[in-house]
Amino acid sequence: MITLENVTKSIGDLKILENVTFSVDKGEFLCMVGPSGCGKTTLLKCIAGLRNYEGEIFIGGEKSVGISKKIGYVFQEFSLFPFRTVKGNMEFGMEIQKNPQKEREKTVENLLDLIRLQGFEHAYPHELSGGMQKKVAIARALATDPEILLMDEPFVSLDAQTRNMLQKELLRIWQKTHKTIIFVTHNVDEAVFLADRVMVLTKRPAAIKKEFPVDLKRERDRTSLDFVGVRKEILRELEVEYVE
Amino acid sequence: MNMRTQKVVIVLLCIGLWQVIAFLANTRFLPGPFEVGKTLVELLLSGELLVHSLVSLSRVVAGFLLAVVVGLPLGIVMGWSKRIENFSVVIEVLRPIPPLAWIPLAMIWFGIGFHSKVFIIFIGAFFPVLSNAFLGVRETEPYLVEAGRVLGATDNEILKKIVIPNSLPSILEGLRIGLGIAWMCLVAAELTGLKSPLGLGYMIMEARDLGRADTVMAGMIAIGVIGYIMNAALKWSEHKLVRWKSDHT
Repeated sequence: MITLENVTKSIGDLKILENVTFSVDKGEFLCMVGPSGCGKTTLLKCIAGLRNYEGEIFIGGEKSVGISKKIGYVFQEFSLFPFRTVKGNMEFGMEIQKNPQKEREKTVENLLDLIRLQGFEHAYPHELSGGMQKKVAIARALATDPEILLMDEPFVSLDAQTRNMLQKELLRIWQKTHKTIIFVTHNVDEAVFLADRVMVLTKRPAAIKKEFPVDLKRERDRTSLDFVGVRKEILRELEVEYVE
Repeated sequence: MNMRTQKVVIVLLCIGLWQVIAFLANTRFLPGPFEVGKTLVELLLSGELLVHSLVSLSRVVAGFLLAVVVGLPLGIVMGWSKRIENFSVVIEVLRPIPPLAWIPLAMIWFGIGFHSKVFIIFIGAFFPVLSNAFLGVRETEPYLVEAGRVLGATDNEILKKIVIPNSLPSILEGLRIGLGIAWMCLVAAELTGLKSPLGLGYMIMEARDLGRADTVMAGMIAIGVIGYIMNAALKWSEHKLVRWKSDHT
């Protein structure tokens, strides 16, 4: 679905990404973990076409240039348009694509069902809790039916309970919509709970350090021995990265 | 006591204090509220105050609209385009010059008629309108712009559908401040109005020549009340237009 070949990115003399090469299968849930400030966000923005880079990125077999319709993006920040309602936010991408009004209404209705926020379509973002805003942001990214969802530490600013709840919600949405997801986080627990495969990045300039397949049955038990075992392995790998 | 009654009581107290001072001073140069009120009613009934007010308002509206037509697009473009942003240096130098200091130039360029007054009012309103639009646009969070971009919006669509609506609170505030300053420039602008004997500023200056402190004060009160109403009207429309902001609900 997505293939990166030797993606390198520098800003001035500062090298942020170095020869990043990997692939993601269709429908796969990939988590990337790495030290803070290592370039995870930059990598995601390169894939989204928001940053330029050296090297090549293929999406669905085609070489990617600029913004791709196949990609939806969920930001780390609370990035809903504050001047638009929940419905208005979800409709934005469809407005840009000039989809007919009827189709937009239908999509919004389905998405409200999917994220379980029926009845909130006319609320403004500031009237919603942080967790609800994140769900709407996911729905906004899904509205134009992209094949790939890029998520940049989307749950980082939420409290632990909301975060766990949203992780479950996200898995449910993923299983229902069969999207390919690349999810960036620095929380190993989150990565092991969500991912089919966890990729550990080095500190800046970011490169791929090691990959861990997570062959645990969903829904995963965070306290089970297997779960803790995988966490331990990944944490050890990350710790080395911090010490070096 | 609710807010409204409190406000009424405060106004009444101020008028009472004014009365006491006027009584103690006991001079025709400091008339009390009753005398000024009487003059105000006379001016209202004769229609004189209305004519002066309308003439003044028309000048302020003309100058203000001109400031909006020039300042608003310029501010938005300056905030949006990195290249034009550098022009802000020029504006930062012009801004501290008080509108009053433009009067001599206005007289040289436009004489002492309508244009000259509109120009002074324009100068007063221009900078707040421009800089609020500029700041509103420039301070749009980059992730809102990127959110639009990943959803496929072009630069043009991002400006129209994201940046401008998001800057609306700041833009509207600039309009309100601009109109307030335009109104405050009125008397100064009408000082250049030797040709036309109309306008609140003119009325005040004429009363001064006659030593009529009561008429001067009546004119000042009229300016204050009209300014208050304009500000309240714009605040109300801000409230209506920007319902999506948390501090507006």
